[in-house]
Amino acid sequence: MIPRSFEYYSPRTLEEAVALLQKLGPDAKLLSGGQSLIPMMKLRLLSPEYIVDINRIPNLDYITESDGHLKIGALAREHELESSDVVKQKFPILADTAKVIADPLVRSQATICGNLAHGDPANDHPATMLALGATVVATGPKGQREIGIEDFFPGLFTTALEPEEILTEIRVPTPPPRSGGAYLKLERKVGDFATAGVAVQITLDEAGVCKRAGVGLTNVGMTPIKAKQAEAFLNGKQLDDAMIQQASELAASESQPMDDIRGSAEYKRDLVRVLTARALTTALNRAKGGA
Amino acid sequence: MAKVPITVNVNGVEHNEEIEARLLLVHFLRETLRLTGTHIGCDTSHCGACTVIMDGKPVKSCTAFAVQADGRSVMTVEGLEQDGKLHPLQDGFFQEHGLQCGFCTPGMLMTGYAFLQSNNDPTEDEIRHAISGNLCRCTGYVNIVKAYQHAAQKMREGGA
Repeated sequence: MIPRSFEYYSPRTLEEAVALLQKLGPDAKLLSGGQSLIPMMKLRLLSPEYIVDINRIPNLDYITESDGHLKIGALAREHELESSDVVKQKFPILADTAKVIADPLVRSQATICGNLAHGDPANDHPATMLALGATVVATGPKGQREIGIEDFFPGLFTTALEPEEILTEIRVPTPPPRSGGAYLKLERKVGDFATAGVAVQITLDEAGVCKRAGVGLTNVGMTPIKAKQAEAFLNGKQLDDAMIQQASELAASESQPMDDIRGSAEYKRDLVRVLTARALTTALNRAKGGA
Repeated sequence: MAKVPITVNVNGVEHNEEIEARLLLVHFLRETLRLTGTHIGCDTSHCGACTVIMDGKPVKSCTAFAVQADGRSVMTVEGLEQDGKLHPLQDGFFQEHGLQCGFCTPGMLMTGYAFLQSNNDPTEDEIRHAISGNLCRCTGYVNIVKAYQHAAQKMREGGA
């Protein structure tokens, strides 16, 4: 399969890349990992006139913790989440997520920022970032602005980015002590999109009561879903099996799946219930210092 | 559409070519450079038959543009054998019967090449995880795992 012809640009600085986006307009597409864009171009679902390849811009491939945040640069690749010590220790939910995205070869190219900027509700990091309460940094002609992850996915394959903006960084707040998270995904085989996926991140107080809960859902709606009712229910509760069951039923009721080759809507809704309960159980164990 | 000049080092040899920007890396390797060891399997990023190494990292060459390789080093299956001597992975696939039809083999070898650089004493689980993006329809993977283990042992003994 051969994509339609396009003009190729390879800027060496962020400023140059933004200027190109301004000049070329909405017919330009950014190329970072390319693991979603190139397959779509080969299938001719997408035929941009201009490709702006940002891979040659230096110093964008970082994953570092500073100022109380994990900062993920535009060109950090998925496989780096799997091997990062700080991620394993403080953000196990991110390591969970990276491990189930596509396959190891795709992950050696695919970027974490691209996983959000693509705006696909079947992608895995949107749910995780919703659970973690992340912020994305968009760089455009007027400089940088921050966008809360809750406001980042207004519609199917649509993000809050303006055409001349680049998602340059994801900022994930470092979880306080007694926090834990987990991401669970059911896929038919390695490399498949989720039949459904659930991300959970919780923080307990000293008495073991949940004081913050984030719950994100993958591929059960037109956008990634923040399960706000489940989150609100969990807040202030001592999390035992009965509470976990009730929260997972709420999360299931907040999902909006459709029938497709991966299963019926009813099946997927029940899958959200099961995965939420399991993810909450793992998150709770991790918040208490377990694995 | 204007052609783009690129310089790519493939298996230690520098190539200067003018290509269309939309040319995929796998087509550049197979059709421009006539290095047909790299196979096209599914052409949809699933099977891994087209895996090559670019700047040390494995990449599905059906899911990269050749222009992205400009100024970079690419290694294909043709680059594994050195001075008439098989790479330990090639020897492993030979000794352990790690292939039947052979179609997935170039990709399996290149994925293994990158993987064993970072882990030369892998468990079976780690190997199976590493090859989860490479499909084989013949072997059932058992002998591929053995071939990787054979190569890892040889590399630990300094046979690389």
